[in-house]
Amino acid sequence: MSLTDLRPAARHSAPPPPPGKTKHWLYRFDIKTIPYVFISPFFILFAIFGVFPLIFNGIVALRTWRLDDRSLDGWAGFANFERLLTDEDFWNALGNTFGIFILSTVPQLLAALIIANLLNRKLRATTFWRIGILLPYLTPVVASTLVFAIFFARDNGLANWFLSLVGFGQETPLDWRAQKWSAWIAIATMVNWKWIGYNALLYLSAMQSIPKDVYEAAAVDGASPWKQLWSITVPMIQPVVLFTVILSTIGGLQLFNEPMMFDENPQSASGGSDGQFQTIAQLIYKVGWKDLDLGYAASMSWALFLIILVVAGINFAATRRLGGGR
Amino acid sequence: MSTYVNRAPQDTRGTWTTYLGLTLVLLFSAFPVYWMFVISTSTDDAVAASPPALLPGAQFLVNAQEVFTLNEVYFAASLINSVLVSGIITAATLFFCSLAGFAFAKLRFKGRNALMVVVILTLTVPNQLGIVALYIVMGKLGWNNTLLAVIAPGLVSAFGVFYMRQFIAHAVPDELVESARIDGALTLRVYWNIVLPAIRPALAVLGLLTFVMAWNDFQWPLIQLNGTDYPTSMVALSDLASGNYVIYRRVLAGAFIATVPLIVLLLIGGRQIVRGIMEGAVKS
Repeated sequence: MSLTDLRPAARHSAPPPPPGKTKHWLYRFDIKTIPYVFISPFFILFAIFGVFPLIFNGIVALRTWRLDDRSLDGWAGFANFERLLTDEDFWNALGNTFGIFILSTVPQLLAALIIANLLNRKLRATTFWRIGILLPYLTPVVASTLVFAIFFARDNGLANWFLSLVGFGQETPLDWRAQKWSAWIAIATMVNWKWIGYNALLYLSAMQSIPKDVYEAAAVDGASPWKQLWSITVPMIQPVVLFTVILSTIGGLQLFNEPMMFDENPQSASGGSDGQFQTIAQLIYKVGWKDLDLGYAASMSWALFLIILVVAGINFAATRRLGGGR
Repeated sequence: MSTYVNRAPQDTRGTWTTYLGLTLVLLFSAFPVYWMFVISTSTDDAVAASPPALLPGAQFLVNAQEVFTLNEVYFAASLINSVLVSGIITAATLFFCSLAGFAFAKLRFKGRNALMVVVILTLTVPNQLGIVALYIVMGKLGWNNTLLAVIAPGLVSAFGVFYMRQFIAHAVPDELVESARIDGALTLRVYWNIVLPAIRPALAVLGLLTFVMAWNDFQWPLIQLNGTDYPTSMVALSDLASGNYVIYRRVLAGAFIATVPLIVLLLIGGRQIVRGIMEGAVKS
């Protein structure tokens, strides 16, 4: 890389102009302009479809912008945000989003650590195991959630059947969608299923770059494998743990596909009969494209953006302190 | 054997408990996909039995045919659309990102480092939060409710540029680029004849990851294509699963068919996908 490049700078000077002066301008163009031509598709497309909408979203949030009646368009000031503060649907969705987020992130990352530790051995068929645990990551959430919806069905669902096998059978079968706690658990299970393998590979990759003498030095104290994991391995891979915590925060707080497809009628975007598992991303979709109120939906997006920033910051600090305490 | 270890875990041989644990993890990972297949091959009775069927039936072709012949779902068209959308997004991402990655890794120009910092910053921006405004932008372009609106935002990715830059910096020797230019080759020719052949492994990794993400994308395609007669397969699936009377074996036959292409990709390119994810971790 250029930062470590210690060779004489002369090597990088422009090549001598080739014979034949008619082509000289072409080579100048090639040296001076072509680099910008090469990077411009990325910057142009990203500006139009990535950065601009994000900023423009802030303006839309301050306006009344209805898809059904454009005559109502106009400046709204902070009216959308004020409405947000007293909107029960919003607070309900916020609570659901956090409930599902906690139920999915914590078990997910713990399980990923333990699985990564299993994979971090001398194994037969190394690649086979790694590819196998990635199957959920590749499977479309829309498709897998449909399976889980049947798994968690009230009548004849496998989840209820398992419950009855281990002695938790109930007189009336559990309707997983009906209560908040059970719907959250069902959805969190789907999220965990999808991301455990992916996170395990991230951890495994970090674990394999830990210098071996760190373990040899600790062997004097005689650490059991379990203790070795928590007192040596995990603190050593703390940066990647931080990274996955941030990734799960960003992804988890925008959860959309699972609650959508878990609904008995996905197209309604209502998150259960009484919004038991409606998330913010789902509410944004509903407000924007079912109620056709884009201005209000934009203000929700902004609120969610701020919430993600704050939560990611808190999680970052908390994970760092937890790791540093060891 | 002592219960205390004095070796790094990666030098420790896996015991039978390791294999038992991994086998359980694998069963947990594979079961939903397996069961998707089971239900897609079953009859209504087998699905409704308690406990439900756990072994495949013989109805797959019947169920699949029902999915394909449902009028309002456009399932066959949706598969073609998904191939089209994901294919174009993948090809464009590979081309644009390798081009920009090459410029950032090997070419000298003013503002290079500052612009690379911009790329890295954009990595952290959750684009999904701009969808309302993106919808309005697409409206101004006249692209709403078209495949173009689904394709356009996916044509480049900040991660792709970053990944390509890292790979090209290591995989393409400076001397090779320099000597080709001294011979009078234009930069585009260097890209085509020297860089592209050298980065085939990285193209495979980025291509696979991009294709999978594009294929599985749901929220934005749903906003754009719901209710049109040219949905992507994920939008068609959500349509199939909506309504008052949902037939599980039929819905899951659709879900399984839409998952098969990715299972095939995992079988062919699993090694590359694993490598891509693990390399991404080290570098970020």
